[in-house]
Amino acid sequence: MAIREQSDMHRRRLSRNIGVGLSLVAFCVIVFGMTVAKIREGSKMEAFDHQPRVSITPAQEGQSGGTQQ
Amino acid sequence: MSDASIDITTKSAKPAELEPKEASFGDYVLLLKPRVMSLVVFTAFVGIIAAPEAQSLFISFCAVLFIAIGAGASGALNMWYDADIDRVMKRTASRPVPSGRVSAQEAFQIGLALSVMSVVFLGLATNWVAAGLLAFTIFFYVVIYTMWLKRATPQNIVIGGAAGAFPPMVGWAAVTGDFSPASMLMFGLIFMWTPPHFWALALFMKSDYHKADVPMLTVTHGRVATRRHIWIYTVLLAPVALGIGVTQIGGPLYMAAAVVLNLIFLKGAWDIRARSEDVAEADGYATEKKFFRFSLYYLFLHFCAILGDIALRAAGLSLGGW
Repeated sequence: MAIREQSDMHRRRLSRNIGVGLSLVAFCVIVFGMTVAKIREGSKMEAFDHQPRVSITPAQEGQSGGTQQ
Repeated sequence: MSDASIDITTKSAKPAELEPKEASFGDYVLLLKPRVMSLVVFTAFVGIIAAPEAQSLFISFCAVLFIAIGAGASGALNMWYDADIDRVMKRTASRPVPSGRVSAQEAFQIGLALSVMSVVFLGLATNWVAAGLLAFTIFFYVVIYTMWLKRATPQNIVIGGAAGAFPPMVGWAAVTGDFSPASMLMFGLIFMWTPPHFWALALFMKSDYHKADVPMLTVTHGRVATRRHIWIYTVLLAPVALGIGVTQIGGPLYMAAAVVLNLIFLKGAWDIRARSEDVAEADGYATEKKFFRFSLYYLFLHFCAILGDIALRAAGLSLGGW
């Protein structure tokens, strides 16, 4: 016979299941967000060896790129 | 939790602690001591904001979150280890483990898992100096304070207070990757504030610590000595609080707040020092309770004042030469 009545135990178990589920979703969102933030922070790096990409680094004063005389 | 725990009504002879009841999600949240976590979140947040470097907003949010989870994890491990004395004390008897809603083993497993997770993710999100400091904080609170000093020495609160004082330093380190006099003074502020705060509580919750046989100063050295210690630590706290005002995170607002708050705190500590036990008992420990309540505002307002000065500087309203 199926149990139809909601007991306190069922309510507690439901709240636990919902809580754990939401925590897992929040964890996935945070890991994804951290990944995006970290990639953005390292956007001036080459993918393979994490060296600065000179081509997109702003030129500093006194460095015209040409031969200095 | 297994289904064996459902049939609690038919085995009423068994003590509640041996027969875990069905826990709700809220019980697991309580296991992480949310009230302590709120202080940790706030002080770690101030540590991050006060740090002299910029950090991505989301990474800062993650840092606060993982520091809070680390604090919660150490709270769960504390409840696992201290279940026997929590059961005896009125103030802690309704916690999830002593009340039987969560088993001690579950508390241990959750505490350990969250500890590892918080340290690893703080390291990945920010840097390994902050992660190492968080790991040390958890170790200090669980092993040094909970397992060792709490039951061994009346100075338990003094040394154990360090665990609660680390969050702003961890927050600062999460941004800068190192420590500085300013972050150490924020640590010092909470560290020196903890003993008077808890000893005032112990003065009017006296039967709890007696019953649990925890060697609080009130139990081992008496109440007159405790009153004297509250005064001494409050005097030592004042220069630490004022010292923050002359570091890079201080400012006129902080200094003004620190002067006023410390004068009130010193006055309260002196009143406690000057009272006899008979007088205190006659008015229901009104002065001690007032001091305890003010101590909560004391810490909160100091950290608010740090934020206030940061806001003033950001708005270009700071006084020159500060």
